[in-house]
Amino acid sequence: MGKYLLRRILQMIPVVLGTTLLVYALVFALPGDPVKAMFGDKPVNEAVAAQIRAEYNLDKPFIVQYFLFLKNALTLNFGETFAGQPVIAEIGRAFPVTIKLALMAFCFEAIFGCVFGVISGLKKGKWYDSVILIVSLLLISVPTFVTGFVGQYFLGVKWRILPVTAGANPGFFDLLMPAMVLGSVSMAYIIRLARSEVSSNIALDYVRTARAKGMSNTSVTFRHILRNSMIPVVTYLGQDLGALMGGAMITEQIFNIHGIGFLTYQSILKGEANMVVSVVTLLTLVFVVCNLLVDMLYAALDPRIRYA
Amino acid sequence: MKKKAIAVVAGACTLGMLLSGCGGSGGDSNASGGANVITAFNSEPQNALIPGDTNETGGGKVGQLLFANLVRYDSKGDTKMEVADSIEPNKDATQYTVKLKDGWKFTDGTPVTAESFTKSWSYTANAKNAQKCSSFFSMIKGYDDLQKDGLKGDEQLEGLKVVDDKTFTVDLAQPDSVFPIKVGYLAFAPLPESFYKDPKAFGEKPVGNGMYKLDKWDHNSQIVLTKNADYKGEEKPKNDGVTFKIYTDVDAAYADVQAGNLDVMDTVPASATKTFEKDSSIEAYNKAGSVIQTFTIPANMKHWETNTEEGQLRRQALSMAIDREQLVTKVLNGVGTAATDFTAPAIPGYSKDLKNGKYLKANPSEAKKLWDQAEAISKWDGTLTFSFNADGGAKPIYDAIVNQVKNNLGIKAATNPMPTFQEFRNAVSERKIDGAFRTGWQPDYPSAENYLYQLYDSRAADGNGSNDGDYKNAEVDELLNKAAAATKSDKQIDLYHQVEEILLEQLPAIPIYYTNADGVAAKGVKGFEMDWQNQPIYENMTK
Repeated sequence: MGKYLLRRILQMIPVVLGTTLLVYALVFALPGDPVKAMFGDKPVNEAVAAQIRAEYNLDKPFIVQYFLFLKNALTLNFGETFAGQPVIAEIGRAFPVTIKLALMAFCFEAIFGCVFGVISGLKKGKWYDSVILIVSLLLISVPTFVTGFVGQYFLGVKWRILPVTAGANPGFFDLLMPAMVLGSVSMAYIIRLARSEVSSNIALDYVRTARAKGMSNTSVTFRHILRNSMIPVVTYLGQDLGALMGGAMITEQIFNIHGIGFLTYQSILKGEANMVVSVVTLLTLVFVVCNLLVDMLYAALDPRIRYA
Repeated sequence: MKKKAIAVVAGACTLGMLLSGCGGSGGDSNASGGANVITAFNSEPQNALIPGDTNETGGGKVGQLLFANLVRYDSKGDTKMEVADSIEPNKDATQYTVKLKDGWKFTDGTPVTAESFTKSWSYTANAKNAQKCSSFFSMIKGYDDLQKDGLKGDEQLEGLKVVDDKTFTVDLAQPDSVFPIKVGYLAFAPLPESFYKDPKAFGEKPVGNGMYKLDKWDHNSQIVLTKNADYKGEEKPKNDGVTFKIYTDVDAAYADVQAGNLDVMDTVPASATKTFEKDSSIEAYNKAGSVIQTFTIPANMKHWETNTEEGQLRRQALSMAIDREQLVTKVLNGVGTAATDFTAPAIPGYSKDLKNGKYLKANPSEAKKLWDQAEAISKWDGTLTFSFNADGGAKPIYDAIVNQVKNNLGIKAATNPMPTFQEFRNAVSERKIDGAFRTGWQPDYPSAENYLYQLYDSRAADGNGSNDGDYKNAEVDELLNKAAAATKSDKQIDLYHQVEEILLEQLPAIPIYYTNADGVAAKGVKGFEMDWQNQPIYENMTK
């Protein structure tokens, strides 16, 4: 177990290094000159532009820029944005907000997704099964920004039940609607996943055997059916936590949440390689850790899976 | 046993993260400030809050409230003395003597002196200091010396001489009659002595002499300004402060105005342009502003030259094939105004009735006639492409223009959207675009000179300015020179009109429409109006 963990952690090193190189190269390859763009429509003063290029090492060849970035990153200095803000401070402001939002969305989709999915799977064909199915189909087919705008208009502007936007330093209620919007599509997928798993497991031999041995209904449901149905759901959730952190841009924009998604988008537009690489590396780490957690959970859920 | 432990640990982790994630307190973000504090929409400033390094609206809006310049512009774009008592030109407008009023102070208590201006201007002009507005000082004598290699950063502009504490003179490289207007631009703000000790710290917490002072700047969240009790200007702010809330998206801000969580925003999202004037939950503002939208065809493009009869006929035909009124009402939902000149309605000297103004009015049959005349001179059956940046919402306009041109002239036309503004501007500045491309101008100071010189003088061509089509016309240059030396404003305006009449005939760029000054305020906000810069007059608003 320990060895396995160590191996997995060591594997992260090449993954992270590879990501930084790849992303740095991609930002470098973006068309357009970030320094010229700083002047907008106005004439570019070449003497000033040269000063700025030198300050951000933009006048050096790609590979030199990359190694300078790496060298500084090793001392935890991730450079500065073009506005003169330390990259690490910007991420430090944005990341906690994204974590809050992603975890709330995660809890929302995990709890409601599993509960409705399992109910639906156990009581296949009942009227509430049909209702759950139709609602989940609706959520899957409607894009997030539609759910977002509709929710914002009715719950926020019209009826004033929930805050319209989250703003900076958002609290639980500020993020409630964004989290539900963000988690809604995944919740619908989990409902469908859980439902099909439960309904197929229910008909399997081991369930029949358990019942034949006289096990109580609750016991069969929780200890056998649910436990075996959860593996694909956990896989999905694990992947999704990473996706929620990196992919919340649309939700962040609708509800004015100053998180990682928006920060990345802005930095890409401005061509701030330092920021983009730092954020993407962080997200890579999140993904890798989430995957590791999922693999660990497999072992807890399925006795046949062992890591050595 | 081991498995269970892992499951428990995993569960505990999730729960812990959940609790810490949900632990924040609500409410804080939606507080709309105190009783008489106006909350306003803004984007995060892209540079430190140093006047000479601020060249975009996120920082510009804040800077204008923090600093008072020699002059200020009133809501109509007329120039009024502010810190300056007088700005007197010599005969040919090559030297100015500036006298300051008494009693002006920075918020750190130090007085505003002649040196506060001269040192600040030299600092910005000096290339070593990498200030983005440095080229604003190019008309001052000695500017070129400050663009060389090997500077230390504290060299001063040769043309600035301090006479005494309250007086300085400015020598210009060439006549410039609009100099007294230019100095109202934010980059010409005075700076206190403390700035030079630590420009970086200053950029985080600037010290100015304006209507407001900076209370705090929470990055990506808010910028809190409070009234400056020592402000010496004639018109004092009517509220106690302005808090700029940073938004990532205009739609989110609009929803907040509707819900009463935000007092004012200086733009209307595209999704609301149809409805915002009828929406009873907000106050709307929508009037012609100072931003002009044009497209430029390179002056030396084959068959489209600005200095040949054929090229001029084609340009005139193209221009008359475009129905601007229809674009404004159908595509822009009325938040624009059809162009009638090369400046804008909010600028002193704007006119609707210039000679050759007919070329900006839709007239398909006349357009076709002119086009056939051009074809008789020399055949051209290429495709006219319209390039623009696709990230700025220009696509519907150019789709409509292409359709009008195809229908009315029967020629081949197509759009060429480029993904980002950055990529687009790069192609423009490297002169890589073959065909028409989007251009526009947002003025820095309210004068026709700012439009005409920067965009159409040959000295602004070839990458030395914003004459992106490299239009060169000796007559235009000559008239602009005369205007620059004319110290009387009606004489100046007359000369600018003459320039525009030439431009209307040769059409180096084809004006389409003026972006309206449009904005919304929450119900209950009093005194909501917008100025010549399409900005709300923050200091006049109360709750």
